[in-house]
Amino acid sequence: MSFLLPCPNCGPRDVDEFAYAGETTERPQGTPSPRELASYIHFRRNAAGVQREWWYHRFGCELWFLAERDTRTNEVLKTELPSTDAAGSPTPHEPATPDTPAV
Amino acid sequence: MTVDGVPNVRVCVEPVREGATVRAQNVLGSLDRDLLNVVDRIGGPFTPVGFYYRTMLRPRRLWPQYERVLRNLAGLGCLDKSGRRSGRYDVEHRRADVLVIGGGEAGVAAARAAAENSVGSVVLVDERAAPHIDGVETLAPARAIGFYEGGLVPVDAGNVLYRFRAGKVVVATGTVEQPLLFPGNDLVGVLLPQAVRRLVDDWALKPGDRGVIVSADGAGLDVVEQLRRAGVEIVEVVDLRESLPSTLAANGRRGRLESVTIEGRELACDLLVMSGGRQPAYSLLAQAGARVEYDARRGIFVPVDLPANVEAAGSVTETEPAAAPPPPSFDGGDAKGRCFVCICEDVTEKDVKRALAEGFDSLELAKRYTTVTMGPCQGRLCHLPSIRLYARETGSDEGAIGTTTARPPWAPVSLGLLAGRGLEPAKRTAIHHRHVELGATMMWTGAWRRPHSYGDAAGEARHVHEALGLIDVSTLGKLLVEGPDAAAFLELLYPNRFADMKVGRVRYGVLGSDAGRIMDDGTIGRIADDRFYVTTTSTGADTVIEWFDWWNAVWGMDVEVVNLTGALAAVNVAGPRSRELLGRLTDVDVSNEGIAYLDTKEAHVAGVPCLILRIGFVGELGYELHFASPYGEYLWDTLLERGKDLGIRPFGLEPQRILRLEKMHIIVGQDTDSESNVLEAGMPWIAKLDKDDFVGKWALEHVQARGFREQLVGFEMANGVVPAEGGQIVLDGRSAGRVTSARMSPHLGKAIGMAWVRPQLAVEDARIEIKVDGRLEAARVRLKPFFDPKGERLRA
Repeated sequence: MSFLLPCPNCGPRDVDEFAYAGETTERPQGTPSPRELASYIHFRRNAAGVQREWWYHRFGCELWFLAERDTRTNEVLKTELPSTDAAGSPTPHEPATPDTPAV
Repeated sequence: MTVDGVPNVRVCVEPVREGATVRAQNVLGSLDRDLLNVVDRIGGPFTPVGFYYRTMLRPRRLWPQYERVLRNLAGLGCLDKSGRRSGRYDVEHRRADVLVIGGGEAGVAAARAAAENSVGSVVLVDERAAPHIDGVETLAPARAIGFYEGGLVPVDAGNVLYRFRAGKVVVATGTVEQPLLFPGNDLVGVLLPQAVRRLVDDWALKPGDRGVIVSADGAGLDVVEQLRRAGVEIVEVVDLRESLPSTLAANGRRGRLESVTIEGRELACDLLVMSGGRQPAYSLLAQAGARVEYDARRGIFVPVDLPANVEAAGSVTETEPAAAPPPPSFDGGDAKGRCFVCICEDVTEKDVKRALAEGFDSLELAKRYTTVTMGPCQGRLCHLPSIRLYARETGSDEGAIGTTTARPPWAPVSLGLLAGRGLEPAKRTAIHHRHVELGATMMWTGAWRRPHSYGDAAGEARHVHEALGLIDVSTLGKLLVEGPDAAAFLELLYPNRFADMKVGRVRYGVLGSDAGRIMDDGTIGRIADDRFYVTTTSTGADTVIEWFDWWNAVWGMDVEVVNLTGALAAVNVAGPRSRELLGRLTDVDVSNEGIAYLDTKEAHVAGVPCLILRIGFVGELGYELHFASPYGEYLWDTLLERGKDLGIRPFGLEPQRILRLEKMHIIVGQDTDSESNVLEAGMPWIAKLDKDDFVGKWALEHVQARGFREQLVGFEMANGVVPAEGGQIVLDGRSAGRVTSARMSPHLGKAIGMAWVRPQLAVEDARIEIKVDGRLEAARVRLKPFFDPKGERLRA
């Protein structure tokens, strides 16, 4: 992977500067059934084509933004800062490495 | 050749340096007395291509021995295993409007034209010394090693790797002269025309006394002039376009050319110039996305359909005078020499035929089986000849066979250059040097350097219970969460409640994901109605701030998250005498009424503005002070100085672990893993499932409905043996859990720990057995903290 990704804040930058956080998901409303919960947490469309996804400019401005990228060619069609209604939700992270906690 | 310990150096282009050690490679002894010849003579028939795949399968355990011998025989050179980083390598990101690769005539012309048209910055990359051109930056000697996605062209300039992105890339890599395939084509004295030109023109060397020329194009014939000038006697010139000899072979002794046999006529000579045409060096263009097509008329592969912003210049693309494609190989008659297809990998025509006979009839498979084109030259000299050979042997044509994929790197590149500079980034706290001066053993925790202990972990832990300890906790993540929605924001992120928290209070919080998994923990103090001070684990700070920002990108709440981790230092003063010490250094009321357990207060301590958090960090009365980093050493020194008569002693991370384990405080990532949730981890009081929503609520409800599968509990060993972390809990001969933390508590005089066990074992005083060094050791389950279970010391 060595394509350029246009950060909505900083402009086109090397993809190495960013953290990829996967396709957008739809957080259920109300109380989801176990099946709805499981598909929200675990299942992804994994599209071969244009996909809406989360990126974080980790070694840059530290902003989260959304991109539309063709997963087959890595062509980035669009990037934008999230508007609250169109954003979907974060996907769970792995837990932190062994360490000293607070309290 | 091996130069100064670096194998596979092309000494034909590497300039001589004074004091350099140059050794022959791939021979035992010297070329004249090469012991490896023995392998060739007696082992030749027994070592055909791929023999090691077939004959050295059993016994399997001997393969490492076989492999070692084979490695040596394969002649790929030898690396110094004890070698260290030999130089400093750097990476530089560069941009250019025009990047020209190749400094031959066409490349220079393209660079000059671009500079004259003032298109912006123009960079020329050349393997050898390129001429100076006005307005052009020349990088030489340097090599473009590939063409990657997004137009990235890394350029190897010795100790610097330039990562180029250019508006336009002009590839002027020219052509590569192709050898002819005939028996004896590997002898010393068999040369390509360009080598002759270089020897004569550049270095004024006479390449031989008696020369024969066999050429399929004009290039071979052109060197006649050079040879004459150098005083070489031309014995014979064979122009393959005019007459095609039925047999051709080179004969030699001890690896050196002595004669050439053409159709039965033996011509004594010590130089044979061969030319099999010129193949465009299209690799970079192919990597850029160009298609490669076979031109049957010229017998070569040419790049077509170049992608946008990539141009080809010069002979890499232009039509050359038609050369007659030479035959794939010449019959050598009864010649003894071997006919090499791939000089780097020692693959002969016979090997290729054998591979085909064994069924490796696809070019890609045959390449992997014979390793033809896989040597250091990356197919420059053997790709085209091998394809021609496949075509003849399989009865198909070159166009249908096609080429193998031209992958980067196009030229050998040193691992040091790819690895870049040898950096091991470390984060140090503002008090770091004090720890070093005190003789602390430093250890890594994530990117942080922290004191393991100051020499006596057990003593330091005991001292905190008995008197007074001081620990640097500046590594904790420290976030300020501020805004009208701050309380609502934290309510949604954490399973427990924050909206009802009074200003000046502190609460423990555990962060979870929507899968209910524990991500991090820390304390949350309310400094004002709309301002919270959040601490995280030392290595979790970056993850937590990303997590907060991410959710806020979704929710768009009126709240800002500021990372203060590096800006603030923090220390924890703990032990029965900590109140007395704090009282000496601040004007605020430090009594149990003034700063109660889980209170937070802004105050000056020794003149330094601090945020005081009274929390149960290590299970004793204690105060955590957070303050601006520049005061780190000053406040540390002052606390040690003013606490001297109280017996203050610094303590490190290991005593801290013992103390926290005595209180059954979990360590995220140590006692929890990617499946742990707060309910099964023994903290059901954290999850306020009556809240409308919080991240992880549904998953925790699900865990509660399905029942617990395992639970995190404490245990106490019967006989004081400390089990290994990760040790098995055994029930009726089967695994029933695992140990996550275990330490000897010097204060309690017991071996204690934490473990995940089956729910039926999660009962106070339940008897469990833990495997320690193969034996089963008895232990009792404990659900309450080993030390001060009622928390009286904390609240005192």
